[in-house]
Amino acid sequence: MLLENEAGALARTVGLFAQRGYNVDSLAVAPVDDGSVSRVTIMTAGDDRRIEQIIKQLNKLIEVIKIVDITEDSHIERELLLVKVRIHNNRQKDLQRLIASAGGSIVDSNQDIYTLEITGEPLAIDSLLEALPGIAQLMEMVRSGVLGITKGSKILAL
Amino acid sequence: MEQEYKIDPEQAEMSGGEALVRALVDAGVEYIFGYPGGAALHIYDALFKQNRIEHILVRHEQAATHMADGYARATGKPGVVLVTSGPGASNTITGIATAHMDSIPVIVISAQVPFDQIGTDAFQETDMIGLSRPVVKHSFLVMKPELIPEAVAKAFYIAQTGRPGPVVIDIPKDMTDPAVQFPYRYPEKVFMRSYNPADTGHPGQIRRALDLLLAAKRPVIYVGGGAIQGNASAELSSLVTRLGFPVVQTLMGLGAVPASARESLGMLGMHGTYEANMAMHHADLIFSIGARFDDRVTNNPDKFSPQARIIHLDIDPASISKIINANVPIVGLAKPTLRKMNELLVRSGRQPDSEALAAWWKRIEEWRQAHGLRQDFEEEGNSAIMPQKVIQLLHEITEGNAFVVSDVGQHQMFAAQYYHFDEPRRWINSGGLGTMGFGLPAAMGIALTRPDNPVVVVTGEGSIQMNIQELSTCKQYGLPIKIISLNNEALGMVKQWQDISYGGRHSSSTYQGSLPDFAALAESYGHLGIRISRPSDLRPVMERVFSAEMADRLVFLDIMVDPNEHVYPMAIKGGGMNDMMLSKDMRT
Repeated sequence: MLLENEAGALARTVGLFAQRGYNVDSLAVAPVDDGSVSRVTIMTAGDDRRIEQIIKQLNKLIEVIKIVDITEDSHIERELLLVKVRIHNNRQKDLQRLIASAGGSIVDSNQDIYTLEITGEPLAIDSLLEALPGIAQLMEMVRSGVLGITKGSKILAL
Repeated sequence: MEQEYKIDPEQAEMSGGEALVRALVDAGVEYIFGYPGGAALHIYDALFKQNRIEHILVRHEQAATHMADGYARATGKPGVVLVTSGPGASNTITGIATAHMDSIPVIVISAQVPFDQIGTDAFQETDMIGLSRPVVKHSFLVMKPELIPEAVAKAFYIAQTGRPGPVVIDIPKDMTDPAVQFPYRYPEKVFMRSYNPADTGHPGQIRRALDLLLAAKRPVIYVGGGAIQGNASAELSSLVTRLGFPVVQTLMGLGAVPASARESLGMLGMHGTYEANMAMHHADLIFSIGARFDDRVTNNPDKFSPQARIIHLDIDPASISKIINANVPIVGLAKPTLRKMNELLVRSGRQPDSEALAAWWKRIEEWRQAHGLRQDFEEEGNSAIMPQKVIQLLHEITEGNAFVVSDVGQHQMFAAQYYHFDEPRRWINSGGLGTMGFGLPAAMGIALTRPDNPVVVVTGEGSIQMNIQELSTCKQYGLPIKIISLNNEALGMVKQWQDISYGGRHSSSTYQGSLPDFAALAESYGHLGIRISRPSDLRPVMERVFSAEMADRLVFLDIMVDPNEHVYPMAIKGGGMNDMMLSKDMRT
C-alpha cells in the first residue's frame, strides 16, 4: 500500500493489526517517489472475508492513499537475506556452490566466518536456510521482509 | 498538497494560541468544554482575550468530552474539548471512545509538554497520540505553530465527513508561545489526497436494491444511527411511506422514523420489541440503512434471519459484510442515496407486491397482539413505582418533545422502549460503548444551547454517581436540566443478568446501605432535590418538575422504583432473533 510519509502513520497501520487481532507475518516499508509517500508491503494470512476486512479497515486510515491485495494478480515477491555462518571443516567449496546456485554472494569473510547475501522468493530463502546447516553453523540472520509488485501493466503508484 | 488560504489583513501576525482560537472561530465554534492546566495556559490566555467563543469550565475532563458529544448529537455540529497535558488528556479517553463507537464528531484539543521535552517523562507528560490512537478517527501532533490553523481545518473536515468520529489535536506548549508570532492563514478548502469520502451510492447498486425491494414478500427496513448522523430522516420517512414496509430501529436509530408512524415496529435487538425481532427473523429482505449488524442486534450471527437477502447501505465500507454478508452493498451517505431511490421510485411508478405485503403485515399484527410491549403499568395500585410507568408519564407530561439523555443500564432500555421518539436527535445515549456517567454531561452540552424543549436525564443511582460532580458546573452556567433517577438501589442490569444467569448471586451489584441522599446532595449544589417512593406521588411531582415555575431550575428527582423489575423482552444468548425471554417466566 501507499501511505503518507508522516509521523505516526506507520504506528497507526501496525496498531490497527494489533487492535483488530490480525497478524503481521512480515512488514517492509520505505519512502518512495518524492519521499512524501511510503510504500508498505504487509504479509498477512486469512480467508477472503478476513483479508477484505483488513483492506477495508486499512483504507479507513486517513493516511492510507491506496491499497491492493497483490496476491489477486500474478505478482513478484522478493526478500533479502543477510546471514552470518561459521563454516564446518573445509566446506568452503560447498558453501560457494550453494550460494552460487541460489544466486547469492559472499559479502564478507573472516577466517571461517562468512556473511552471505541472497535475494529471492521467500520460499527460496527458506529452502536455502534449510540447506545451510549441513555446511555451516548459522550464527545470525536478518530478513528484509517481503517486497511485492504486480506483473504486467497494473501498477500501484500515485 | 496545495491549500487555499484566507489571510486576515487586520491581524496578520499572531501567536499559536491566538491562531488556535481564531481558527476555532473560523470553524464556527460557539462553545469549548474544558479544563486548564500548565501546558494549556497560553491557549487559555488567548481565550480570555476574546468573546466569540464561550468556554465552559467542567469539573472533570471526561465530562467535558461527553458535553461536546451531547452537543454534537443534538445539534449535528462538532463539539470541541480543550484540556491540558497528562491527566487532563488521559481523562478524556473514555469520552473519546464513546464518541468513536457512536460515530460522533468531536474535536479534542490536548495541550502537550514543550516539543523538546516529549519523551523525557516530563511533568504531566503523556503520549496522547499513542493513548488515543485506537479510539480516534484521526489525530494530529502539531510540530510547527504556523500549522495550527491547517490542523484545525483538517480536524473539522475529517470529523464531520464520511463516517464521522472524534479527532485529537495534540499541541506542545511551545507551539502556542505568545513570543512566537506568524501570519494567520486559515485554509478555505481542505484537500487531502488520501481521504475522499463517498457521497451518493453507486447508481447500479441503487437499481439492484430497488429491484430487490419491489420483489420482496416479507421486507423489513432496518435503521441505525447512520440515518440520524446523516440527517436522512425526511428521505427515509418518504421512502417508508411510499413502500409501506415495516421499519425497525436500533438503539442508535430511534427517532430516525417517527415512533408513531404506522410502519414503525419500534426498537429491535436484545431488548427490542417482539414484533420487531420476529419480523427481522422471518424477513425475506432486510434493507439496512446506517446500521452495522451489532451483536446486540443480531444475537447469534449464524442463526440470523435465515431467509433474508440483505441490502446494506452505509458510508463506511468496512461496516458492510463485516458480520452478515450483504447481497447488495451500497457505499454512500444515507441522505442523497435515499433521495435518489425515492426519485427512481416516483419516476418509474413501480409498486411493491401489495398482496404479499398485506399478508406480511397481518403476521406482524398477530405478533404485536400476542406479545407486544407491556403497556398496562398501574399508576397507583402497585406497592412500588414501576420504572416503565415513570417513562410513560415522562412522555405524556413532556408531550414527547423532550431531549431525553440517558445513562447506561435498565433505565436506558426502559427509556428506549417507552419514550416514543418522533424526531431525530432527541434520544441521546451511549449505545456502542455503553458509558455509565454519559448522561448528565451530555445533557449539559444540549442545555447550553437553550433549546425550547426540556432536557431530561434519565439515569439511575449507579450511573449518575459516575459524573455527579458536574452538578456544580450546572450551577455555574445555570443549566435547567431535569434529572429523573430511577433508583432501584442496585446496579440493575448487572443484577438482572445475575438473576437470570448466575443463580441470583448479586455479586457486587448492591451498595449495602451506602447510597447518599441524592435530594440533599442536589440541594448542596444549589439545585432542587426531591425524593419520592409512593406511586401516588409520581404524577403530581412529575407535573410539578415540568411546570413553568421550575423551567429555570435544575431538579434532581430521585424516584425509588421497584427493585425487582427486569427489562423484557430480552434476547436469549446464542439464539436467533426469534429467541426471547418475554417475562421472568415466559420464553418464545
